[in-house]
Amino acid sequence: MDGEEDASNLMMEANSTGGVDEAPLSSTTTRRNRPIISGEPLDIEAYAGLYTGRTKINRLIFIASHCDNPAMELEALRMASDEIKKGENTQLYREVVQKIEGRLGPNYEMDTAWCSMIELKAEQRKEKLESELNSYRTNLIKESIRMGYNDFGDFYYAHGALGDAFKSYVRTRDYCTTSKHIIQMCLSAILVSIEMVQFSNVSSYVSKAEQTPEALDPPTTAKLCCAAGLAHLEAKKYKLAARKFLEVGLELGNSYSEVIVPQDVATYGGLCALASFDRTELKATILSLLSPAPPLFSIHNKVIDNINFRDFLELVPEVRELINDFYSSHYASCLEYLGNLKPNLILDIHLYDHVETLYDQIRNKALIQYTLPFVSVDMRMMADAFKTSVAGLEKELEALITDNQIQARIDSHNKILYARHADQRNATFQRVLQTGNEFDRDVRAMLLRANLLKHDCNLKASRKV
Amino acid sequence: MEGLVTQIQGLSGTASDVLSLQNLLKQADDSLHAESTRLPPFLDQLDPSKHSLGYLYFLEACTAGPVTQEQASSFVLTIARFISSCVAEQIRLAPDKFISVCKRFKDQVLLLEEPLRGVAPMLTAIRKLQLSSEHLTALHPEFLLLCLLSKCYKTALSILDEDIFEVDQPRDLFLYCYYGGMISIGQKQFRKALELLHNVVTAPMSTVNAIAVEAFKKYILVSLIHHGQFPTNLPKYASSGAQRNLKTLCQPYVELASSYSNGKIADLETYVEANKDKFESDNNLGLVKQAVSSMYKRNIQRLTQTYLTLSLQDIANRVQLNSPKEAEMHVLQMIKDGEIYATINQKDGMVRFLEDPEQYKTCEMIERIGSSIQRLMTVSKKLNVMDELMSCDPLYLAKAGRERQRFDFDDFDNVPPRYNI
Repeated sequence: MDGEEDASNLMMEANSTGGVDEAPLSSTTTRRNRPIISGEPLDIEAYAGLYTGRTKINRLIFIASHCDNPAMELEALRMASDEIKKGENTQLYREVVQKIEGRLGPNYEMDTAWCSMIELKAEQRKEKLESELNSYRTNLIKESIRMGYNDFGDFYYAHGALGDAFKSYVRTRDYCTTSKHIIQMCLSAILVSIEMVQFSNVSSYVSKAEQTPEALDPPTTAKLCCAAGLAHLEAKKYKLAARKFLEVGLELGNSYSEVIVPQDVATYGGLCALASFDRTELKATILSLLSPAPPLFSIHNKVIDNINFRDFLELVPEVRELINDFYSSHYASCLEYLGNLKPNLILDIHLYDHVETLYDQIRNKALIQYTLPFVSVDMRMMADAFKTSVAGLEKELEALITDNQIQARIDSHNKILYARHADQRNATFQRVLQTGNEFDRDVRAMLLRANLLKHDCNLKASRKV
Repeated sequence: MEGLVTQIQGLSGTASDVLSLQNLLKQADDSLHAESTRLPPFLDQLDPSKHSLGYLYFLEACTAGPVTQEQASSFVLTIARFISSCVAEQIRLAPDKFISVCKRFKDQVLLLEEPLRGVAPMLTAIRKLQLSSEHLTALHPEFLLLCLLSKCYKTALSILDEDIFEVDQPRDLFLYCYYGGMISIGQKQFRKALELLHNVVTAPMSTVNAIAVEAFKKYILVSLIHHGQFPTNLPKYASSGAQRNLKTLCQPYVELASSYSNGKIADLETYVEANKDKFESDNNLGLVKQAVSSMYKRNIQRLTQTYLTLSLQDIANRVQLNSPKEAEMHVLQMIKDGEIYATINQKDGMVRFLEDPEQYKTCEMIERIGSSIQRLMTVSKKLNVMDELMSCDPLYLAKAGRERQRFDFDDFDNVPPRYNI
C-alpha cells in the first residue's frame, strides 16, 4: 500500500498544474483555505479532498466523464475507485472499473473477490436487520422501530439502493417522537434525494424541517439553507437560489461536506446573485460586505448575518473580484474572469448545465448596464470594452432591442447606438384609436351573432308549436 | 284572366284595396301558374309603377317555367324595367315572389353571360326590398355574386359598407360575408375582408358547412397578410363544430400558417411549391403568393424597430432577399404604400428609417376621434337596447328561472323559480 501511495504521489506531482502546495494527502486542514475553484486547471486531489462520502465519488465520476484531458480522467477514476473500496457499494465499483478499462494497471482491475465478500456480508447484514426489525415491530417499541428503519436506510444507502433507502427513511416518520428525530429524518431524506437528483423532494423536506424550529441549531439551519439553495438552482430559479445561499451562516464549516462545501456556496451564490439581482440588491447584500463600513440599509431582513458572505467570498477570490468589476463597470476584466472560470465550472456536478444560462444572463446585464446612462454610444468603443467585434456586438444588441430590454436604435451606417424614448402621447393616441376600432368591430359581430341565434331559437320555437 | 286584370287595375289604388287584392291574387295563383304561356300579352296591359303587386304575380308565373335563349333577353329587359319602376310598399307584401323573380333574373343574366347588365337592377331591387339598411335580404349575396363575376367591385363596396344586424336566413349571411370577403380582398381592403370572413367562421352553426370551410381557408391567408400571424385557436364564441373540425378540413393552410410563423422565407416558399396544386384547385394561389410577399414586408417592418439607418446590403441579408436592388424595390414599394416611413440614400446605399410623422394635433385627427366616439356610442346604445329586449323575453326568463341554482343568487333574485308563460 505504501508503494502505491508513493506512486500516486508521483502521479499527482506529474499531473497537477495548479498553484497548490504539494502537501501530503492526509492534511486536508490547510487545503480548506486554498482557492480551489480558480482559473487554473482543476487540481483533482485538492478538489476531491474537500468532500466526503458519496458526493466525492459522484463528483469524481462526473469529472472523469466530462473532462477532455485523459490524464485527468484517469486520475479521477483512480481516486473514485479507491474511495469506493472504502465503502460497500459494489454496483458503483463495477461501473468505475469498467470505465477504467484496465488503463491503470493490475491493481485497478475487477476485484471479484472483494465484490463477492462485500455482497455476502451485505446479505448477512440484511437478514440480521430484518429479523431485528421484525422483533421490534412485534414489541411495538417506537424508538427501536425507528432506529431499525434508520439502520435499514443507512444500509441501503451504503449499497447504492437509493430508492429503498429513501423509502426506509421516510418510514421512520411515523415513529419519530421528538423534533430531533424529525430533523434527522429530514436530513437523511434530503441527502438521498439530492443524490437521486429529485429536488422536489428536497424542497418539501427542507420546509418540513424548518417547521420544527426548536431543534434547529445553527449548523443544521445552514445545511437546510444549502439544500434549499441547491433545489432552487436545479429549478432554474436563480434569484431564490442566490438568496438562500446568502443566508448560509459560517457555521456550515465542513459539517455538510457530504453534499456541499463553503467554496461551492460562495461560487453558486455569487454567480446566481450576479445573474439575477439588480444593482441595489447586489450592493446591499454582497458588496457592502466587502468594505469595512456596515451596510447603510439592508433591503432584506432575512439576510441577517451577511458579514458571513464576505468570508465565503474570501475562499473564491476570483468570484469576489468578478463581482466587484461588474459593479464598477470594468466589464472586460469581469468577462475575462468568467471565461477563466468556465472550464472548471463545467466540471461541477450541480452547476454544469446552468453555466451557459448564467453566463448569458450576466453578459446581457453587462450590455444593458453599459448603455443605460448614455444618449448615444459609439459602438466601436463598446466593442472594445466587451472584447468583441462590432458586427458581433451589433447582433447582440439587436437581439436585446427586439427583446425590449434596451430602448435604443442602431445607426448602422455610423455605428452608433441612440437611446430612444417612445413618445407616450402618440402611442396613447394610436392605442385609443385602435381600441375604438376593435370595440366597434367586436360589438357589431356580437349583435350579428345574437341575431342569428335568436333566429335559430325562433325556428325551434315555431317548430315546437 | 281578363277579369283578374281588371280587378288588378281597379284595386291598386289605396292600401286597403291592395290588401284585398293580395288575397284575390293568392287564390288565383295556381290558375296563373297553369296558364303561364298565355300570360306575356297581359303584362302589357298592366303598369308596373301602379299595379306592382299584380304585375309581380303575373311576372312570377310567367318566368316559372324553363326559359329559352331568345325569351331570356326579353325577360331580362322586362324584369329590369319592372324593378326600376315598381312601388316598394306593394312588393313588400309578397317578398318571396319578388325574391324568386330576382333570382330568376340573375340566372337569365348569367345564361346570357352578361353579368354587368344585372348589377344595377339588382342594387335597386335590394334597396326596395330592404326594410332598413341594416337588413340583410336574400338578394344581397346574389348581388355580390354578380359584382364578382362582372368585376365591378366599387359598386359592391357601397353595399358592404353598411352594417348588417338583421338576418332572415343564416345561409344568406354566410354567402354574403364570403362574397364580401372576396370583393374586399380584390380591393385590397384586408381589414374589412378579415372582419367579414371572421363573421362567417365564428357564426353559430350546428354543423360545419362548405361555405365556412372555404371562408376559413381565405381567412387564414388574409390574416397572415394583414396581421402577420394567425391565431391558432378560434375564439370561444365560435361554434363547437367549427372549433373542432375546421382545422382538420383545411390542413394545408394551417401548416402554411405555422411555417409562416417560423419566419424562414425559404421554408415557406418550398412549402408553397410543394402544395401548389391544392392551392390552385381552391383558387387561392394568388392569395398565397401575396402572403409570401407579405413576409418580406413583415421582416422589413421589424427592422424599423431596431435600426435607425441600415445599408441596403444588410437589409437584403437579413430579410433573405437576393440583392440590394431587390431590397431597394421592396422598401420603395412599402414607402409608397405608406407601410413604413423611410428615406433612401442611393449614393451611400443606405436607408434611413423615420418615425411616424403623425402628431395627432390636426383638426382632421380631432374630427376623426370625435366621429369615432359618436359611432361607438350609437353601437353601445344598440347593445343596451338589445340587452333590455332580451331580458324581457319569456323564453329567456323561463330558462333563467329553471337554472337559477347554477348561478349566483344575486343575479336572479327577481326571477321566480318557476316562470310560466
